[in-house]
Amino acid sequence: MINSYLSQPHLLGIKYITKEDIELILQTADNFKEVINRPIKKVPTLRDVTIANLFFENSTRTKISFELAEKRLSADVLNFSSGGSSVKKGESLLDTVNNILSMKVDMVVVRHSIAGTPSFLSQHIDANIVNAGDGTHEHPTQALLDAYSIREKFNSFQGLHVCIFGDIAHSRVALSNIFCLQKLGAKVAVCGPPTLIPKFLDDLGVKVFYRVKEALEWCDVANVLRIQLERQDVKYIPSLREYALYYGIHRELLDSLKKEVVIMHPGPINRGVELDSDVADSSQSIILEQVENGVAVRMAVLYLLAGNSPM
Amino acid sequence: MSPVRFGLTLRRLKEQLIEDFGENEEVCLIGIQPRGTILMKHILQLIDTEKVKFKIFEGHLDITFYRDDFRRREKMLMPDYNKMDFLIEGRDVVLIDDVLYTGRTIQAALNALQHYGRPATIKLMTLIDRRFNRHLPIQCDYKGMEVDAVDNAYVQVNWGAAKDHQVLLFDSKPEK
Repeated sequence: MINSYLSQPHLLGIKYITKEDIELILQTADNFKEVINRPIKKVPTLRDVTIANLFFENSTRTKISFELAEKRLSADVLNFSSGGSSVKKGESLLDTVNNILSMKVDMVVVRHSIAGTPSFLSQHIDANIVNAGDGTHEHPTQALLDAYSIREKFNSFQGLHVCIFGDIAHSRVALSNIFCLQKLGAKVAVCGPPTLIPKFLDDLGVKVFYRVKEALEWCDVANVLRIQLERQDVKYIPSLREYALYYGIHRELLDSLKKEVVIMHPGPINRGVELDSDVADSSQSIILEQVENGVAVRMAVLYLLAGNSPM
Repeated sequence: MSPVRFGLTLRRLKEQLIEDFGENEEVCLIGIQPRGTILMKHILQLIDTEKVKFKIFEGHLDITFYRDDFRRREKMLMPDYNKMDFLIEGRDVVLIDDVLYTGRTIQAALNALQHYGRPATIKLMTLIDRRFNRHLPIQCDYKGMEVDAVDNAYVQVNWGAAKDHQVLLFDSKPEK
């Protein structure tokens, strides 16, 4: 296995890496952002590395972003999605992955609907694992790119107030963001309907708001999340319309504040539910910057994990 | 190298540049980050004081992502900033570095330059040429001085204030 330049050989979650790791990733991402803005957006750094993207769950942004990051680093890329594969024929996860690894793959980017899949894989196979989202657990690269986008806007995290809005209970982005921002020194709060706020959040030192207006008055950055209907087995909210009315962020609400709050969203946006179109497309929002930064941050993560390999 | 000699060498390198490119319309001077850029800045300071007719494009090239020893070293390769806000397509390029040793850095720089267009010519300027330590068939066109040392020796150029520049020769690479 390759020796990583980070404190861990894998990126399983923000919880497991140090503040120094995060800072190193953000700093390295600066260099890659310059690379992806060149006329030829490619460097040969990982030309001897093969990376498998194993997506056992649907994804658009993350998958494209990882693939682009890998290609811009000149790595060989292998794409796998569970639909149309032998997983449907009853093959176990470990068998599938081991089969892929026996074709000499160095790194694995994995997304799975079950929390802990990347961690399980890291214990059983000999490759660097990058978690691209596991169930409702963590989505570390999203948190890193969110932190990178915030850093670009504010330069520092000290004393910065960031509030995460929406479906906190079913969101892996929320948990990774909380760990990441707290490690960097920001103050984090969440806001949403009580049914969608998990109970343990107090232990993490996270402030909880149940009213959007109060939360917006408190924060400098609003990271708005999607209602994850696909992960909800019972009804947590009466209706989407009611949610939009009480927890959606709309123009009048933002105009009633004395300051300008930066709006973020990890996508995909349900326009008119958690975020109105005129807010999502306004100059206050840095949603598209987040997507651009995603490639640079993922390049940095892959570069640092690739580290040095004993020849 | 005495401070007087150091100053003279820098002047000679500058004169050679002017001699070769004085009649051109433009030339791209590209310093290899971080130490080549320092030499380039010193040369540029000397050029600015005279009236030269050609236009100079100044580039700072970081070659970290192009190195052939990535993943073969214990220590992390930390990239430096890269500033190349022009294309080298059809232009004359002078690559600048402080010490030419194995030639691998220059090879990486040549690879990196491909991403900015197809230059008319590329020449190489280095302050120190360790001519017996090359791993690759790379030679420099403008050299400040030659240092003949064993493979393990380490040559370091220290840029001090105005006249305190130094070239140091160590038996082995010093610990930082």
